[in-house]
Amino acid sequence: MKVKGKVWKFGDHINTDDIIAARYLNTTDEKELASHCFEVIRPEFSKNVKKGDIIVAGENFGCGSSREHAPISIKGCGVSAVIAKSFARIFFRNSINIGLPLIELKEVDEIEEGEELEIDFDEGIIKNLNTGKTYKFQKYPEFLQNIINSGGLMSLARKTVEKK
Amino acid sequence: MTISQKILAKHCGREEVFPSEYVECSVDLILANDITGPLAIEEFEKVGAENVFEPSKIVLVPDHFTPCKDIKSAELVKKIRDFSKKYGVKFYEIGSVGIEHALLPEEGLTLPGQLIIGADSHTCTYGAVGAFSTGVGSTDVAYAIITGKLWFKVPETIKFYYYGKLNDYVGGKDLIIYTIGLIGVDGANYKSMEFTGPVIENLPIDDRFTMCNMAIEAGGKNGIIKPDRITEEYLKEIGLDIKIDENLKTDSENDYEKIIEIDVSKIEPQVSAPHLPSNSKSVREYSNVKIDQVVIGSCTNGRISDLRKAAKILKGKKIHPEVRCIIIPATQKVYKQALKEGLIDIFIESGCVISPPTCGPCLGGHMGVLAKGEVAIATTNRNFIGRMGHPESYVYLSNPEVAAASAVKGKISHPEEV
Repeated sequence: MKVKGKVWKFGDHINTDDIIAARYLNTTDEKELASHCFEVIRPEFSKNVKKGDIIVAGENFGCGSSREHAPISIKGCGVSAVIAKSFARIFFRNSINIGLPLIELKEVDEIEEGEELEIDFDEGIIKNLNTGKTYKFQKYPEFLQNIINSGGLMSLARKTVEKK
Repeated sequence: MTISQKILAKHCGREEVFPSEYVECSVDLILANDITGPLAIEEFEKVGAENVFEPSKIVLVPDHFTPCKDIKSAELVKKIRDFSKKYGVKFYEIGSVGIEHALLPEEGLTLPGQLIIGADSHTCTYGAVGAFSTGVGSTDVAYAIITGKLWFKVPETIKFYYYGKLNDYVGGKDLIIYTIGLIGVDGANYKSMEFTGPVIENLPIDDRFTMCNMAIEAGGKNGIIKPDRITEEYLKEIGLDIKIDENLKTDSENDYEKIIEIDVSKIEPQVSAPHLPSNSKSVREYSNVKIDQVVIGSCTNGRISDLRKAAKILKGKKIHPEVRCIIIPATQKVYKQALKEGLIDIFIESGCVISPPTCGPCLGGHMGVLAKGEVAIATTNRNFIGRMGHPESYVYLSNPEVAAASAVKGKISHPEEV
């Protein structure tokens, strides 16, 4: 799978309250959650983000609460992938489980706001279309790849339901 | 293996597990609340599931926006209430509900050696009784309530060894926010935090809950304390006569990834400044910070011993005229006990308001939301941007004595000042 999109750059320790403020957790609607994505720290984000755009961030992206509303709101904005130096644990598993692609990359400081990236998930390669630089990233371990290939955790659950 | 690794091994039917491997484990208890439960239920329904794997192992606790603050939150609570009726799952109605991480231990649902998951990041609280307990997402919960199982990456364990004599007004809250300050908000990302040493061996159970509760604020997968005499006494107190498995301990020092030693005699009451829990320093460093609101409560510090500590400071004193002080007993049982001991009288006499048990202001939900520019000191666990209300409001974190003393003085204060 290949995706292409414009970079939205964020810093370290972007937490789940930054991604979706708790006052909007009284809904589970993806579109509504998407409309408040990053509202507190970047009010223009949800209005200007385009389908396929890519979030690039520093350390510990998604730290804080277990709210799955956070990756759902990002996915709901049409974001095709989040690239960060590291991810917080619960955010990581939530994203895997709902099928929002995450990539760990140490060289994110070389990528600037507004640049265009192309990500080849099968080859594990990110290409910066502005600078021409390419980066290799580690693909998921087999266990997680299996969850993703199955279409997320609930597709596995569906198999259990059908067996019963 | 460490305690955490042993519990995971036992729950995937293996003699041994190794850090970084992925395992699928059976779980003993699954928790969701009014925010995360509805999403899990939607996923459950989407795949056409007709049954939960075991109703007695699933608990739904509507504690975040309750008593319901608006129509939308009422709809969410209705969703988990209806689900619980349909599938025979435990649900705590208003009148019996409390803040989940104070309520479940009180109800005797969290036990040493168990593997517990909850769609709430502070599920790590139950490590205080020696359970492997960790926060997950709603889809995880949906999968687990159908299958009884969930995937885990086996974590490395960091040992925290606390020694020395505790200073006055220093407790579990100070130890944990000091520790987070030391290692940072991702200092234990993906890892188990095992709290050990002579200080922990003598630390009361409520302080242990506070410490394990905030493991997530350092990125920890779980916090855990080896169950011991204090755990056993606590379990007896809540009516459970349980012999603790002697094997629930870490085998060797070599099993830890890292050992961090902390001399507690150097730790003064701590305050974490906005906007990260890791911004912790001695309360004296913030003595000129004026405050508008004080919140004493939450899954971190809303237990009876926390209220006793606050009441001891507030007895015979008045809350500063320009400060609002909100007291939130974490559960009905805590509330009732506080009434019985006369703590509620002390709070009301001094000018506090008492809220029903709820997460409420901790996440800026209701019952004490901040306006632009306002400053609060709270015994809660997070001080992210906008956490308690307006994006330009400010939250400082502290223990109950510091919060109470600050409420009297109108600015952040050391308890010895009142």
